[in-house]
Amino acid sequence: MPGSTPLQSQHRSKMAALSSPLRVCRGILKELRAIQGPSYKKSLAYNYVMDQFRKNKVTGERYCRAKQEAHHASHTYLCLLASTRNHLVLHNLYHGKGERSPEEVASLVGLRLPSQPGGKGWEK
Amino acid sequence: MLRCIVRLQSQVGNAFSLSKVCLRNQYYECVARYSAATAERKRFYQDVSISQSEGGLYEINLDQRKLKTPGGKLFTVPNEALAIAVATEWDAQRDTLKFYTMHLTTLCNTALDNPTQRSKEQMITAALKFLETDTICYRVDEPHGLVELQRNEWDPVLQWIEKRYNVTIGSSASILGPEIPEATKDTLRQHLKSHNFWSLTGLEYVITQLKSIVLSLGMIDRHLSVEQAVLLSRLEEEYQIRRWGNVEWAHDYDMYELRARTAAGALFVHLTSESSTVKHKLLQD
Repeated sequence: MPGSTPLQSQHRSKMAALSSPLRVCRGILKELRAIQGPSYKKSLAYNYVMDQFRKNKVTGERYCRAKQEAHHASHTYLCLLASTRNHLVLHNLYHGKGERSPEEVASLVGLRLPSQPGGKGWEK
Repeated sequence: MLRCIVRLQSQVGNAFSLSKVCLRNQYYECVARYSAATAERKRFYQDVSISQSEGGLYEINLDQRKLKTPGGKLFTVPNEALAIAVATEWDAQRDTLKFYTMHLTTLCNTALDNPTQRSKEQMITAALKFLETDTICYRVDEPHGLVELQRNEWDPVLQWIEKRYNVTIGSSASILGPEIPEATKDTLRQHLKSHNFWSLTGLEYVITQLKSIVLSLGMIDRHLSVEQAVLLSRLEEEYQIRRWGNVEWAHDYDMYELRARTAAGALFVHLTSESSTVKHKLLQD
């Protein structure tokens, strides 16, 4: 187990690929398309997001504070949309089906129930 | 139609509400209400839009009807960005309304209704009490791998906050936790006071989710991203996952839920605390 490598730097390197504004913008648009369907370009969120990205592009200053703030905010919104979607997917997958039969439960963790030739006493 | 709205209001939750229903009502009413609450609400609207009232506040419209809070008040938010984000949450619902995915709506409802009747001072005191058992400050003695991980990952954040706010916090492996000097609490109290009520609602929500003031302030001050803050909050779980393996229906489920809630809280704080005026550079005009 790599005890010496900080967890954060591993995750940071995974996130560095995400952190450019273009990627964040694309990510948000993907999420909006997942929400709204093909007409996502007409949605309120799409217009607002594109507006914000355009506005924050025009500044020439490199360490503009407003730009940093907008970038963090866009990253946060992308995280919100993606996490909500993933959480819902997992919820529907594991928690949304109500009572499962023993066979289904076993298959969830990759096991199979043993078959008993002749059936159990109460089965036909 | 009116009955629909009334029932809807009773189901869209508040972030801190308790289920007072069963305590106040008789058994049969309680059962009926509980089954109504768990019966899924279908999406009853086609379009979601926002509109601005005369006071400059924004409202959400579901078809022609204005959205209301569970407490019956008109749902209003102070700026357009938050209104759009809430409208997107409502628009994201498909056949049924899943209120547990609508975190921004829930936070707005809490700020508007204030169901537990708390004042700013009470919220600040509660938040500061969290510092004594802050996740970042509470260290373990063993296993050695986790001790080192905590030191490597959490110490830098502690150093950052001590420098940023000019306070002493420190960490401790004893069961009592670290001794927080009064000066530290005063400084942080002053800082928390500078937030308005809405912003403080969001901040308190984030603190209760992450179980840490240090991580919350680190994220709100944009020193940490949401993913980083969540990772640091769940450090021990991550350590155990790396040793014993990941269980998707528990670990990933919890992680995504925590990320969603924390991201919503952070966005809520940012949108309700800063002014959203655009600063155009003279040259660019």
